[in-house]
Amino acid sequence: MSLLRVEGLSVRFGGVRAVDNVTFEVRPGEVFTIIGPNGAGKTTIFNALSRLCPATQGRLVFQGRDITGVPPHEIGRLGIARTFQNIELFERATVLQNLLLGRHVHRTTGLGAELLFLPRVRSSERTQRERVEEIIDFLDLQRFRDTMVTSLPFGVRKVVELGRACSMEPALLLLDEPSSGLSVEETEDMAAWIHDIRSLRGITVLMVEHDMRLVSAVSDRVMALNYGQVIAEGAPREVQGHPDVVKAYLGGEGGGG
Amino acid sequence: MRVLFKTDYGQDIRLFPHGGTVFWYALLGLAVIGAPWVIGEYWQSQLVFVSIYAMAGVGLMLLSGYTGQISLGHAAFFAVGAYTETLLLTGGVPFPIALVAAGLLAGVVGVAIGLPALRLSGIYLAIATLAFAFIVEEILARWESVTNGNNGLTVPAASLGPLVLRPTGAAFYYVAVGVLILLILGGANLLRSPTGRAFVAIRDSEIAAQSMGVNLARFKTVAFAVSAAFTGIAGAFYAHQLQFISPEAFTLVLSIELLVMIVVGGLGTLHGAVFGAIFIIMLPEVIGVAKDVLPAAVADQPGLKTLLFGLIIIGVMLFEPLGIYGRWRKIQVYFDLFPLYRRGTFKRQRAYLRTERLR
Amino acid sequence: MNGLLVGTLYALIALGFVLIYKATEVVNFAQGELLMLGAFLAYTLIVLLGLNFWVGSLLAIVLTAALGFGLERTVVRPIVGQPVFAIVMVTIGIGFVARSAASMIPGWGVDTHVIQTPFANKTLRLGTVVLSQDHVAVICLTTLLCAGLFLFFRHTTLGVAMQATSQNQLAAYYMGIPVKTVFSLIWAISSAVAAFAGILLAPIAFVHANMGFIGIKAFPAAVLGGFGSIPGAIVGGVIIGIVEAIAGFYLPEGFKDVAAYVVLLLVLLVRPQGLFGEAVRKKV
Repeated sequence: MSLLRVEGLSVRFGGVRAVDNVTFEVRPGEVFTIIGPNGAGKTTIFNALSRLCPATQGRLVFQGRDITGVPPHEIGRLGIARTFQNIELFERATVLQNLLLGRHVHRTTGLGAELLFLPRVRSSERTQRERVEEIIDFLDLQRFRDTMVTSLPFGVRKVVELGRACSMEPALLLLDEPSSGLSVEETEDMAAWIHDIRSLRGITVLMVEHDMRLVSAVSDRVMALNYGQVIAEGAPREVQGHPDVVKAYLGGEGGGG
Repeated sequence: MRVLFKTDYGQDIRLFPHGGTVFWYALLGLAVIGAPWVIGEYWQSQLVFVSIYAMAGVGLMLLSGYTGQISLGHAAFFAVGAYTETLLLTGGVPFPIALVAAGLLAGVVGVAIGLPALRLSGIYLAIATLAFAFIVEEILARWESVTNGNNGLTVPAASLGPLVLRPTGAAFYYVAVGVLILLILGGANLLRSPTGRAFVAIRDSEIAAQSMGVNLARFKTVAFAVSAAFTGIAGAFYAHQLQFISPEAFTLVLSIELLVMIVVGGLGTLHGAVFGAIFIIMLPEVIGVAKDVLPAAVADQPGLKTLLFGLIIIGVMLFEPLGIYGRWRKIQVYFDLFPLYRRGTFKRQRAYLRTERLR
Repeated sequence: MNGLLVGTLYALIALGFVLIYKATEVVNFAQGELLMLGAFLAYTLIVLLGLNFWVGSLLAIVLTAALGFGLERTVVRPIVGQPVFAIVMVTIGIGFVARSAASMIPGWGVDTHVIQTPFANKTLRLGTVVLSQDHVAVICLTTLLCAGLFLFFRHTTLGVAMQATSQNQLAAYYMGIPVKTVFSLIWAISSAVAAFAGILLAPIAFVHANMGFIGIKAFPAAVLGGFGSIPGAIVGGVIIGIVEAIAGFYLPEGFKDVAAYVVLLLVLLVRPQGLFGEAVRKKV
């Protein structure tokens, strides 16, 4: 039983085939990583999954349900959360407000009740804050709780993005290059968190990553992409040593960074 | 230096962070309530104008300051509110119902603008609202059977039961200020709940907002509707205050005044709406006083107000983009941190132009 | 014919407007006021100081260009990098200041003035068609200007430099582009075009402090043509002028004034990128 099944996904922009007939599935509770050189189409797959760009061909099935035509704001409600390669945080809000926005999919109150701030709105707010505080504790963000995102360093912003995605309590978490721009220590922290997200919180992780150490450390299965096409799939060691994959990375060894 | 030690989520959710805030607002409340006894009829009337502009300001702030949808056409909602109120009151509808109806109809018009605006952002949206306002103004001028066109309409006096609310009376003042406070509370409530957060999300990153499950179409429309409704209510009061309305009162100049008001007041804060309203009403007063001091050659010029207006806009954008409220907060921080305040606390980082076309 | 004439003027205003937008992403709400100042300068030089029409016009255009250059350096440049909103507010402010200052300058004031052009009250015969020389002059001169600008932007590196600086100023700096000078020059060119339009408009609308309000018509023209497209601005302006003329002729009173805005809204609804613009999307 797969959590996510991508069948024959193709995404074209004009004449460019960014993603070409990609098929894979993600099983519940695993960490599945997509690797490949820049421009291979990895983030495009994510954008197709988030429904931020339309799939030209193919089917996306999540928890048995066809989500190929679903509007982008429904994806969060269905249980898929994502982080962005270049960080899409809400800059003029505090960390707390960003995380609280992650709880939007669990909103129980309507416009009228909120205008009057009825008691059930107040208690709903309390509940959301409790959940968010759990995430803050989990990711050690206490120091930054009331800081505006604009004044945060890059490493912290990445963690806030992760936290915001986790606040959604998704079934599937899409992580787009979680370690890019991070130092060695920060990457180790990230690896530990990804591990905890899967083991302790029971969230399945689909990840795009370049840092091969991180890939080997946390992934259960890896898929390699080049020019929008799948060139290898399997256990991390196998894929990283696969001759096509090595060639795709321009002669570098499977070890990369 | 006050350190706020939080032990309860309720403290975060409350409107007034701590006892000190409650005290000062209570004091302000007393001043507002006591005003009619202390100040003359003229200043009371000016305070009513401040309330009216502040109501519209709160509306526009919710839309432009918090949701990031720039509107250059808010005069249209003002007009819809004013005309609805006038026509209903002339038709015998009681004041409270007419007021609510004015707000609702303006809200509906807001939805009408909001729907096509969903696909637009930034400058396109601003221009679309501009165009829309022109069209509304023209409709008001041409639909003579209903609006009496450019000849305008006289506004009947409002009454609550047996009490007649003459525009110069204290009762009208209290009602206006009361409604303003209700609108501010409504706005503040929205802002501390999921809807308000969704607004901010839309402003800062539509893509991330969608990924968080925020239905852009729905919330943008809500923002337009609420903003328009608040502005419509302001328009209704405006009609009573002026006692006579015509399409000429609701031109592009008014839309720009409203926008300038919220920017100068402090974009992105509710306080900014009130500060901005005070600025707009006080500027002509200040000019009037200054005229006695300045040499005749300068003081007698008819364009003086516009000139100062323009200079202030430019000055605020260049030197204090956070507006009056922003400066107020900075002063508060200075005193809070005294003597540890550092000059670089609010220094803006050097910013480079990055295209907004790819937002 | 009148629609074509008015449309040409709209095209000129939109052109200046789009020039600035294309390069700096600044939406210049004061474009109409620059037109007004150009016309007033021409009036001062030609009527008050008695210079020859052509010399005075040229001088007025140059002076307005310098004014635009100066405005950019003092007021607009510090704002660059802040959101669109801030820049809109600043240009609105500039417009207010310009309009009120013009009404205060002795000799200008709130009166309406006239500039005598060499083409006034003369006609041209083309076969059976009689045209006013005034109108023909506007269209010919505008065509010449557009051709000149086209060649200028296509065959000089300034055009490419414009694009670069508008998309990523920091990177443009690294590439050695004198970004600040490019911005100022664009404003200078745009102001010159505005002054040019003002002088052409003077015989038709007369010179007065509020003549800048016509600048608002630049928006429907630029949107129709496609923001950021120079040929689009020209085509858009002409079409708007013709549409207005047709509306005024066939539709009841009042429709003429709003025709441009209805067109604008329709364009935004149906095809937001206009006739020649490109739809862009953010890459995440």
